[in-house]
Amino acid sequence: MSEDFHPDDTPQLRVMPAFSRMLRLQAPSRADIVALLLLAGLAVMVVRGAEGVVQPLSHLQLQPVTIDPANLPAYALRTTFRMFAALLASLLFTLTYATLAAKSRWAEQILIPALDILQSVPILGFLTFTVTFFMNLFPGQILGVECAAVFAIFTSQAWNMAFSFYQSLRTVPADLAEVSVGFGLSPVRRFLRLELPFATPSLVWNAMMSMSGGWFFVVAAEAITVGNTTVTLPGIGSYLALAIQTRDFHAVAYAVGAMGVVILIYDQLVFRPVVAWADRFRCEQTASADQPNSWAYDLFRRTTAFDWLFRVFELPAMLLLLFDRGFQHKAAAVRPPNRWVELGWQVAVGLGVAGAAWAIFDYVHHTLTLADGLTAFGYAAITLVRVLVLIALASVIWVPIGVWIGLRPVWAERLQPIAQFLAAFPANVMFPFFVIAILRWHLNVEIWLSPLMILGTQWYILFNVIAGASAIPNDLREAAGMFGVKGWLWWRQVVIPAIFPYYVTGALTASGGSWNASIVAEMVTWGHDKLTATGLGAYIARATVAGDYPRVALGIAVMSIFVVTLNRTLWRPLYAYGERRMRLS
Amino acid sequence: MATQTAPLLIQTPLVEVEHLRHFYGRSAKGTPVIDDVNLTLFENEIVGLLGRSGSGKSTLLRSIAGLIDPDEGQVRFLGDKALSTSGIAPPDIAMVFQTFALFPWLTVLENVELGLEARKVPAEIRRERAIAAIDLIGLDGFENAYPKELSGGMRQRVGLARAIVVDPKLLLLDEPFSALDVLTGETLRTDLLDLWFEGHMPIKAMLIVTHNIEEAVLMCDRILVFSANPGRVAAEIKVELPQPRDRLDPAFRALVDEIYARMTARPIAPQPARDGLFPGMGIAMTLPRVSTNSLAGLIEEVDGTPFNGEAGLSDLAETADLEVDELLPIAESLQLLRFAELRGADFVLTPAGRQYAGADVDARKALFAQALLAHVPLAGHIRRILDERANKQAPARRFRDELEDHMSEEYADETLRTVTLWGRYAEIFAYDEDSDRFSLEDPQ
Repeated sequence: MSEDFHPDDTPQLRVMPAFSRMLRLQAPSRADIVALLLLAGLAVMVVRGAEGVVQPLSHLQLQPVTIDPANLPAYALRTTFRMFAALLASLLFTLTYATLAAKSRWAEQILIPALDILQSVPILGFLTFTVTFFMNLFPGQILGVECAAVFAIFTSQAWNMAFSFYQSLRTVPADLAEVSVGFGLSPVRRFLRLELPFATPSLVWNAMMSMSGGWFFVVAAEAITVGNTTVTLPGIGSYLALAIQTRDFHAVAYAVGAMGVVILIYDQLVFRPVVAWADRFRCEQTASADQPNSWAYDLFRRTTAFDWLFRVFELPAMLLLLFDRGFQHKAAAVRPPNRWVELGWQVAVGLGVAGAAWAIFDYVHHTLTLADGLTAFGYAAITLVRVLVLIALASVIWVPIGVWIGLRPVWAERLQPIAQFLAAFPANVMFPFFVIAILRWHLNVEIWLSPLMILGTQWYILFNVIAGASAIPNDLREAAGMFGVKGWLWWRQVVIPAIFPYYVTGALTASGGSWNASIVAEMVTWGHDKLTATGLGAYIARATVAGDYPRVALGIAVMSIFVVTLNRTLWRPLYAYGERRMRLS
Repeated sequence: MATQTAPLLIQTPLVEVEHLRHFYGRSAKGTPVIDDVNLTLFENEIVGLLGRSGSGKSTLLRSIAGLIDPDEGQVRFLGDKALSTSGIAPPDIAMVFQTFALFPWLTVLENVELGLEARKVPAEIRRERAIAAIDLIGLDGFENAYPKELSGGMRQRVGLARAIVVDPKLLLLDEPFSALDVLTGETLRTDLLDLWFEGHMPIKAMLIVTHNIEEAVLMCDRILVFSANPGRVAAEIKVELPQPRDRLDPAFRALVDEIYARMTARPIAPQPARDGLFPGMGIAMTLPRVSTNSLAGLIEEVDGTPFNGEAGLSDLAETADLEVDELLPIAESLQLLRFAELRGADFVLTPAGRQYAGADVDARKALFAQALLAHVPLAGHIRRILDERANKQAPARRFRDELEDHMSEEYADETLRTVTLWGRYAEIFAYDEDSDRFSLEDPQ
């Protein structure tokens, strides 16, 4: 990045701390003012958003969510605030959980498989338990319900972030690690100087994906009924729920519009700048040809306020350095682990697993019968068929379109952000339109509710295919053209192998998301009309409404088993095959 | 430019390496990477470590640097008794990496400051010293640049500045110029030697790992030649030519040729002890990853006009534009196949080799197949097993397992890959990667 390089910017100038540079009187630039307004606005919004949180629960009944569109901006703010609270929680979780897993061999044995399972558990099924838990934690406070909503979003964001961070920590370049050991960097400094910067680009990318996924859950989590309790938190999700309840078509349209605006703003003001900033941490020695750019980032960078913003982020790092033990003499010696301690750990883990298994069996034994289990598996099989058929259908539609776009760089550049935007857009906001259509034309519920499952997740297939197709080297395409490779042969021998690894990534994500979405997609309402399709999603949704905890738990467990099995037996082998055979490098 | 330094009368030892031994992986069995290495580094000398890839030079360097805790033996720093045993990264050592190993998210200045920062040197002193080092190495003006904005040569200058700023007594260099183009490497080498002879650096000694024989002779006062598998010091050569040295000087050439001869000198019976399980078959021989194209290319090169079947290795390295650790595996593979013979520093084609050079594609394959089955026991072994089986197939896993009884996993893998490559070219067997099986079938 050539703008980072100022030959006339002598080191003497740099010695001067940013603080004293701030005190130097200088006319504020136009960029300063714009940035100041943006930041101040942001601060006000944070304060306003937080205001409602610490109030008794009865306040919600006094000031119920209304259908007045004038309230929408405030609701949107509350929803966004929840999102960022969850993102912060996910970040803290990631930094501790993944670091622990990467640094401790013992912790790794438990934490990583746990993460793998958690990734596959349907988050929406969780809601029942978390709402109850947090409401008991803060009885009579809105904070409890807020926490439950934030936790729901957290569970949709944290796992893949933690995974990516763990992967990064395990793949720190060997030569840089040797420099750190050679110079005796303490663990804290090593973390701040090497590991955290190295992991930043993929962490930012995963946070962005998590954020996209999170909108879906925030909408679902704001208005939730568990048994006799219905909790509505002010937000776009509850506004939408109210609009559906009162069959207010206009209000639904407003909600859709507000959601679009919110996502657009957060994308432009938060994520694009962060992605542009994170580019400097990419571990490659050559400047890349296409750097992510962001007008907001360029604006912030031109202001002196940027330094101040950075101080805020540096504060936790400074605090960490207080615990720094200083210069480290120890080499990276690999000592053979103590056999007895090892054995003790294995036994402890074994006992823990056995205890948990017994507790589950005991609970299930008293509340459920074998028939329940068979029912749940039967429903799961039906949902499995839906998921597979939908993925196939979505592939047939989006693969050709994605390839068409990907092979045209101009279009790819224009449409890739749109595909990402669509992936972030919570599809559940669109559900009412489908319900209206189904009711209007008396369509078959079993068939026509199904597309809702993939409404939000199909975009992962599209934008991965676009990425794959645009990565096909030009010489390969030219060679294919020269030898007259056309039609089916061209697809079979050129395009499909080239996009295969990308496609599998997209399909894997879409499949996982669709299972999750089935919980809200197989049972939808419009006013008093309730449409239910047969499947595991509807089974969990019904049990949730009835407050039937054992069956909710059973449903979640069965769904987790199906997702894990599908990943292990279909997607992972496909992915491994694609990586081995078809990676172009 | 400095001229000759007078040989020192009293040599003060700086580092002593005693009975160093290190094994692959964690278990202390199987083949050691380095075996019973002893060496002493003295003040005011540049020592070179020469050897082919995989000979353990890097392991030795990293043991001295404290990056590896060797399984046996010790590295002792003299005059600093507190830091005498293994497992301690001594502060008076710094290392320069082949890959530069710069932190891409830190500026030149911040990269150079890193080692001082770890020692909690106060910020102002840190900056002062870093800027001084940057100036010394000729990078002033680039303090605020990021590594990716710099050329390879400038990046390695940052690596050097970062190493000398911590005032190390011993500077370790791990193939510091091999990732650079020839001209850049030459400039950097000269600059480093100038700094050394002019005494601008606090460094007492330098240890440089290289696979470039000329580079070693240009720079070093003493050269240690490493033998591979296991890594041992096979020879020690004192370079007493005056500095600055001239590549064209006959004495220089003679020394280069002598080192070539030392590096190709084989132990009489290669690993007789590890032949136990398959007596007489000798499948335990490791084969380096050499493509049949390289083999054919070298035969043609030597068969051609300037050499007419006989070439000096150093001339050959220059004409073929190969480093010694690229050339030697090819030359030795040809020797194994009896297509050529190594006589000291000379490479001579056998009649079979000259016949190969003159043959057409099919005849070449036939000659190669003959040589392969006759002289590479593993190839014969695979072919025999395939012939014996009713379905003419065998899983590659089985041969990999057999090899792993004799050598490390990596060597086994490389050996099997090489024999697969050669066998496919000679058409003595086929291999299918998806099923990981050898067979006698023709591909469909």
